[in-house]
Amino acid sequence: MRLLTTLAYALALPIVLVVVWWFASAGSESVFWPPLSKIVGVFGETWNADRWTGDVLPSLARLAVGYLVALVLGVLLGVLIGLHRPVRAFCEPTLEFFRAVPPPVLVPVIALFLGYTGDTSKVVTIAVGCVWPILLNTVEGVRGLDEVMLDTARCYRLSAWTRLRQVVLRGASPQIAAGARQALSIGVILMVISELFGANRGLGASIVQFQRSFAIPQMWTGIILLGILGFLLSVLFRLVEHYALAWYRGLRQADRGA
Amino acid sequence: MTVATVPVAGTRTERVAGRGRDATLGVLGLLVVVGLVEALPRLGIVNDRYLPPASAMFTELAGQLGEAAFWTALGDTLRGWALGLAVAMAAGIVLGVLIGSVGILRDLTASTIEFLRPIPSVALIPLVVLLYGSRPTSALVLVVYAAFWQILVQVLYGVADVDPVVRDTARSYRFSRLAIIRTVVWPTALPYVMTGFRLAASVALILEITAELIIGVPGLGKSIGVAQSSGAVEKTYALVIVVGIIGVAVNLLARALERRTLRWHVSVRREAR
Repeated sequence: MRLLTTLAYALALPIVLVVVWWFASAGSESVFWPPLSKIVGVFGETWNADRWTGDVLPSLARLAVGYLVALVLGVLLGVLIGLHRPVRAFCEPTLEFFRAVPPPVLVPVIALFLGYTGDTSKVVTIAVGCVWPILLNTVEGVRGLDEVMLDTARCYRLSAWTRLRQVVLRGASPQIAAGARQALSIGVILMVISELFGANRGLGASIVQFQRSFAIPQMWTGIILLGILGFLLSVLFRLVEHYALAWYRGLRQADRGA
Repeated sequence: MTVATVPVAGTRTERVAGRGRDATLGVLGLLVVVGLVEALPRLGIVNDRYLPPASAMFTELAGQLGEAAFWTALGDTLRGWALGLAVAMAAGIVLGVLIGSVGILRDLTASTIEFLRPIPSVALIPLVVLLYGSRPTSALVLVVYAAFWQILVQVLYGVADVDPVVRDTARSYRFSRLAIIRTVVWPTALPYVMTGFRLAASVALILEITAELIIGVPGLGKSIGVAQSSGAVEKTYALVIVVGIIGVAVNLLARALERRTLRWHVSVRREAR
């Protein structure tokens, strides 16, 4: 019964909104706001097998590669920088500056170096844009580590590798996760933007081509698909975070209960 | 972290000296980077058509400061950013307090908010291009959409954090709804609102620049795009530096504002200790 109530609450508003959209747009003659029935009708034929393999999956693959490169680089450099106070002081203002540069302006700069047609430039754009929040949050997380714990680990002669894994990375992981979450939304933005330059294929490129050729219902399917992908990525992220930070939630609960 | 951090040992003067040393190192770090950017193209390690020497960038930047077009673009960017952020703040706070303090609204909207929030605002680019072309309204829609969710979600967290005992006490004393919001809900939510503001301020700048760069809304982003496609490499870099400085300024401003409005709050006082 309780589950049913929760489910009813979760589904009520979305259903109402979709129904309202469906009927409000039903007789729509406006070019920009086609009837929802028409959008749903063209969804299947628009995103056929060719588009999935030629546009959507390559886009997602570029996002995945760029994001993972940023994650590895960001955590690695973040730990190195965060553990040594002089290094941290030396790097921090510079890093803050690079973080503050809005990532989309990277596109023209990277275009200068690599041109803007291949996959490399797009992956580099995503990686360079995503790395700053991860890097700075890792630095912050490593800085906040309990020094007594670090010293204790050293006294017990834990190897450097064990210390890194069990004390440093684990202690900083809530902060790293916060940075990774920011980076993910930047990554999705850059995935789309990087495809808008030059004649390209990809999810973002397709949507803009639909818009330029005035295939408005198809454009709407693209917007909806992008929305669904954004939602699924955030769900996936939350699952990974839930699993990786299980110990942290337990600790917080214990702290609050005490 | 929940693990109590051990206060830094040492006297106040030692700590101040440490901070001074850190600042010196930071300036040194910036200088080294500028030096590298100067040296790499001069030594021919990097082609100066891709990366001009730092001195050339700064000369170009100084030249830009004397041009009216630069200041117009800067003004356009800042105006679009501030307006979008203000609209998003107002809408996010009002709706957040409303939804957050009415239980049934909160339960009903939770799933919809969770679905709409992660939708990348750049997905709306084709739509706003159709509707508004390259007018500033296009940028405004994108900025407001992106910034609004950041604030709304933080306000909702903040309102949910209100101590039930305090709220019930206020209610027993027959505080009006408005008085409860003003004296109980708002102060509790304020730290969250400021976090939302800080996040939203930088997201808003990202989207403003994106709209200018991609759609061609007037502003610094558009100037960067034009400079790059016309091969004005020094100008491209000079404008990127300007945008970076704006980004830093936005961050510093948001943090200063946060510290100022939350002077009374435990987290800030602890930091200042």
